[in-house]
Amino acid sequence: MRRAGAALLLCFLACSLSINAKTLEAVQKRGYLQCGVSQSLPGFSYPADNGSWSGIDVDICRAVATAIFNDPEKVRFIPLSSKERFTALQSGEIDILSRNTTWTFTRDAQLGFEFTNIVYYDGQGFLVNKRSGITSAKQLDRAILCTNAGTTTELNAADYFRANGMDYKIISFEKDTEIVTAFDSGRCDAYTGDQSALTAQRLKLANPDDYVILPEVISKEPLGPLVRQDDTVWIDLVRWVIFGLVNAEEANITQANVQTKTKSKDPAVQRLLGNNQDLGKYIGLKANFLVGVIKAVGNYGEIFERNLGAGSQLNLPRGLNNLWNNGGIMYAPPYR
Amino acid sequence: MIKWLKKNLFAGWFNSTLTILSIYILYLIVPPTIKWAIIDADIQGTTASSCSSGGACWVFVKMRFNQFMYGFYPEEQQWRINLSYIIGIGVLAAIFWARNNTSKVLLILGYVITAFYLYHGGILGLSIVPTYNWGGLHLTLVVAITGIIASLPLGILLALGRRSKLPALRLCSVAFIEVWRGVPLISVLFMASVMLPLFFPSDLHFDKLLRALIGIALFAAAYMAEVVRGGLQAIPNGQFEAAKSLGMRYWQIMGLIVLPQAIKIVIPGIMNVFIALFKDTTLVLIIGLFDLLGMVQAASTDPKWLAYSVEGYVFAAFGFWIFCFTMSRISVRLEKKHG
Repeated sequence: MRRAGAALLLCFLACSLSINAKTLEAVQKRGYLQCGVSQSLPGFSYPADNGSWSGIDVDICRAVATAIFNDPEKVRFIPLSSKERFTALQSGEIDILSRNTTWTFTRDAQLGFEFTNIVYYDGQGFLVNKRSGITSAKQLDRAILCTNAGTTTELNAADYFRANGMDYKIISFEKDTEIVTAFDSGRCDAYTGDQSALTAQRLKLANPDDYVILPEVISKEPLGPLVRQDDTVWIDLVRWVIFGLVNAEEANITQANVQTKTKSKDPAVQRLLGNNQDLGKYIGLKANFLVGVIKAVGNYGEIFERNLGAGSQLNLPRGLNNLWNNGGIMYAPPYR
Repeated sequence: MIKWLKKNLFAGWFNSTLTILSIYILYLIVPPTIKWAIIDADIQGTTASSCSSGGACWVFVKMRFNQFMYGFYPEEQQWRINLSYIIGIGVLAAIFWARNNTSKVLLILGYVITAFYLYHGGILGLSIVPTYNWGGLHLTLVVAITGIIASLPLGILLALGRRSKLPALRLCSVAFIEVWRGVPLISVLFMASVMLPLFFPSDLHFDKLLRALIGIALFAAAYMAEVVRGGLQAIPNGQFEAAKSLGMRYWQIMGLIVLPQAIKIVIPGIMNVFIALFKDTTLVLIIGLFDLLGMVQAASTDPKWLAYSVEGYVFAAFGFWIFCFTMSRISVRLEKKHG
């Protein structure tokens, strides 16, 4: 009986998924893209002063919307809590979930989703006071750690300290602001969390310059957008628009020079921007879709710098997110 | 003056100690707060860099004031919300003066319909503003007022149902009330936003705000039912029997004799439910709707304003206090008027 119920529920999911096979057509008919984003996360998605959404997750959706409509405004952002994000994608409430979601095995294989790309390589790290003299996570033996309650950060920390034979105590808090207050008042020696989050939280401390993020990264948190796995055309579209952003950076195509680059003689650039060869048709787009995208949001590097890097208050280093030929691991297959 | 002090603050060693202790605690709290919130505060300028005095940075609240009030509602359309507020105040005043109950109900219904079309648009050349653009204080008021207006009649019907002599009706009412009182509001909202969409066909999308509104209204109705039932029980049976002997029917008895007295008794209880409901609206944040508090939280994650969430929270708390305090004052007035 219980199994029958489960089968019925699965059928509900499967049946409702199979109806959505033509995502691109549905989006074009509707006239705008529906994009699920975080309710608020510094640098990733947040409402800016003028009331529009900003952040790297937001710009990824704007890029996809521009590829389809040649207009970065033809997208609706639907803020989702971490618990409702997957249902929203399953039920078809959104076309793409771009919400700082870590690519893991179970999410990919079990939930019926497809992660299209990795747009940000994050990892768990430690924030400490400079005065403590600690320069490496290996010196954190017998330290008191502050972190968020009920997240994988606690488990990652436990793994790391056990693997290195070190002792520690952990204090967890429900809210970020509580951690910052506790850390500021010296209740803990280190604050552990995803490095992008630590960078943002550091700015909330009374004297941000007194604190430093340790070089060690103790977990892998590859963040990227995901879509339903039943619509292969849609998967390819999202995937190759984002690969296009990375390839554009590699080919030095920027928001400023994309117009002149359309006259380039370089065959790789010509393929990217859709001169001489129409690659867009295979994913249901125009040949020169990337020209509009780069004009609207810039290449991957520009998106990164504007939202997380030097162009923002966060000032995150590119690190792993640099291009593969520049010391990082950001790598996109070629347009051929 | 000294006599008053001696009588009220320094009568006996216990009172004197308490007074001195209270003054000391006030001394610890009040001057630093005033220093932070007023003396050292910054309000000039437009960016975080103008906040250099070390006190509160009201520039953040000033820059985001529009967002806190209207969410993502398009700026050139915000007059529609303001207009609805003005009409709302007028309607409220009219209800206070009106003597006829039917006209009160009609006024409220008319207002709800007008406000909905003002906010959503789609008629008389008003452009459509989808609900996902609604936010801030406006959304808080929409959720709270919908809950308040829907929960009172629903609650009265449920309370009457629970005291009904028809077994089926009584059972249904009891089951409804106990189920909705037995689950936390958070799980109701989760069901509405996470589970329900899975059961609908994928081309059918109920508006998320509508789902949340229905959930909140039914939830509040269950609490309201129990408050009203308390009032109903306080009316002696003799009144019911007297009315019956005069040949009145059930609805006449209830509408003209029992309910007016019962509700008068439970005005404080009803207001309590309303105020609790108003504050519970902040829970819609967990399903991705930005009420006043949610908007403040979201705005303070802008990297430009990362360090100023406290100012935002103070502002939100002040906003909520104004409305809750007003409601409790209205309650006192109603009690005096009908008491």
